[in-house]
Amino acid sequence: MLEVQNIAINYGVCAVVADVSFALEARKIIALLGANGAGKTTLLKSLNGALPVSAGEIRLDGNLIENYSRREIARKITVIAQETETKFPVSVAEFVLSGRFAHGAAFGWETENDLRVALDCLERCDLQNYENRRMNRLSGGERQRVVLARALATKAKILLLDEPTANLDLAHQALLFRLIKERCETDAASAIVITHDLNLASEFADEIILLKNGRIEAKGEPRKVLTEENLQKVFDVNVLLDENPISKKSRVTTIY
Amino acid sequence: MKVSSSKSQVSSLRFGVGLIVLLIAVLAIAVFLGSEKLAFLELTDEQSAILFDIRLPRILLGATVGVSLALAGASLQSLLRNPLAEPYLLGVSNGAALGTMLAFIFFAGVDAARPLMAFAGASLATLAVYQMAKSRAGMSVERLILSGVIVTTFLSSILVLLTSLLDAAKLRSFTFWLLGDLSQATKNGFYLTLIVAALGTIVLSSQARALNLMMIGERDAFDFGVEVGRTRLIVFTTAAGLVGVSVAASGSVGYVGLIVPHLVRLAIGSDNRLVIPFSAVAGAIFVVLADTVARVAIAPRELPVGAITALVGAPLFVYLLRR
Repeated sequence: MLEVQNIAINYGVCAVVADVSFALEARKIIALLGANGAGKTTLLKSLNGALPVSAGEIRLDGNLIENYSRREIARKITVIAQETETKFPVSVAEFVLSGRFAHGAAFGWETENDLRVALDCLERCDLQNYENRRMNRLSGGERQRVVLARALATKAKILLLDEPTANLDLAHQALLFRLIKERCETDAASAIVITHDLNLASEFADEIILLKNGRIEAKGEPRKVLTEENLQKVFDVNVLLDENPISKKSRVTTIY
Repeated sequence: MKVSSSKSQVSSLRFGVGLIVLLIAVLAIAVFLGSEKLAFLELTDEQSAILFDIRLPRILLGATVGVSLALAGASLQSLLRNPLAEPYLLGVSNGAALGTMLAFIFFAGVDAARPLMAFAGASLATLAVYQMAKSRAGMSVERLILSGVIVTTFLSSILVLLTSLLDAAKLRSFTFWLLGDLSQATKNGFYLTLIVAALGTIVLSSQARALNLMMIGERDAFDFGVEVGRTRLIVFTTAAGLVGVSVAASGSVGYVGLIVPHLVRLAIGSDNRLVIPFSAVAGAIFVVLADTVARVAIAPRELPVGAITALVGAPLFVYLLRR
């Protein structure tokens, strides 16, 4: 359970996030939407303590986040951020096993269990037999799935995802959201997802937070938040709203 | 992966055993070769002095300096996510050289002053390069190397100013020393570098798993549970210590920290739990070999060992940069 109370984040004198409050409960997915520069990534970074807040507080399972060690946080919260590139010949297995760092001793070797978890997560991400491939020889989409596998390998109950579908094809976008949803349902986990895909948010999120200039413009279940008025205000576009005939969820079509 | 991982463990083990055998062989060859031919079965007093007071300390110092510099290179590369990071190229060695020289000028009588001030100089140079290279956008490979060039040349100019104050007799030995020279080896110098190299191996091996995450990305390492600031402090301090005592004993032997970890990674991959200890052994082999060449190539005259290592290292740097 992650509770955010009136937080503000400043870069120098510039306020990037102001007066944001929400709670992430078990089994819930929150989609964080907003225009470029609205403060989505900044907000997400603060949630695992990577960025300090200048006001307000963040509580993880009831305790202030700054009272946890990095290892404790890493066991509870995992992150899928925009990808990084390494100059070293790191194998896919080594990369995914780095997700087990917070579980074992800080030095020494991974256990059989770590290895089993890593291989299982690779398989779930449609990456069987990839373990000995080099990270720098993979396509963008394959790398993105390895990043997802590493996050799943942590077994953390809270997932923070920053545009996780950016490099993925349609089938793998759906796979990613299915995996996140499954993790939330079977493991009592929860997730916050930054995305620009309003329809994915509508389909998979239990709650949407619309961010504008670092403040919450609207918050609630997708059907209530995804209105023509809200989207006009936040994204400055006109949209057509109707219903997806299969899932019965709101469907957004941009009017160009 | 179970199968392939145990296979790779076997091949790593084989590689490690191979390195140790090679180290013993190289040490033996180094003892036998030299400008003074020694009759090992019936040493005269003079020959015995050459062997035990000059040649052996020099060979063993070469080995510990090799260990130290290779360790510093391997760990700095992972920490800074840059395969080109190397104590000599980053100006860390020059920082240590300046510290040593200041100790030599101001505290000539105090033996402990030289390694201590070398350590201080190495630490300050590391800090300076790191602060210059880091930016909000992260730290590019090129930016780090350029910062290293700036620190190196700045410190070099101070070193040149200071050497110009020396008399002509000392000038030659100082110039050699600056290039990396093992001919002034003493037993005490060897003991100190041995202790520091052993400590460095232990400390850096303890950070190897955290360094594996740092190598992927600083943000990633932080998110997945590494105390990034603490790891950085430990690695920087240890690397500065290793480079400091090495430079105080033998000057700036360049490129060891570049060549050795690179070859080790080619052989066994980039897991620091293997790269760090194997680089230590391979570093000893490389410097002892290079110094043997330096001793016998134009015997009875000698070359500074740093000239040999740079001869091998500079082309490799170009290759790595263009890759």
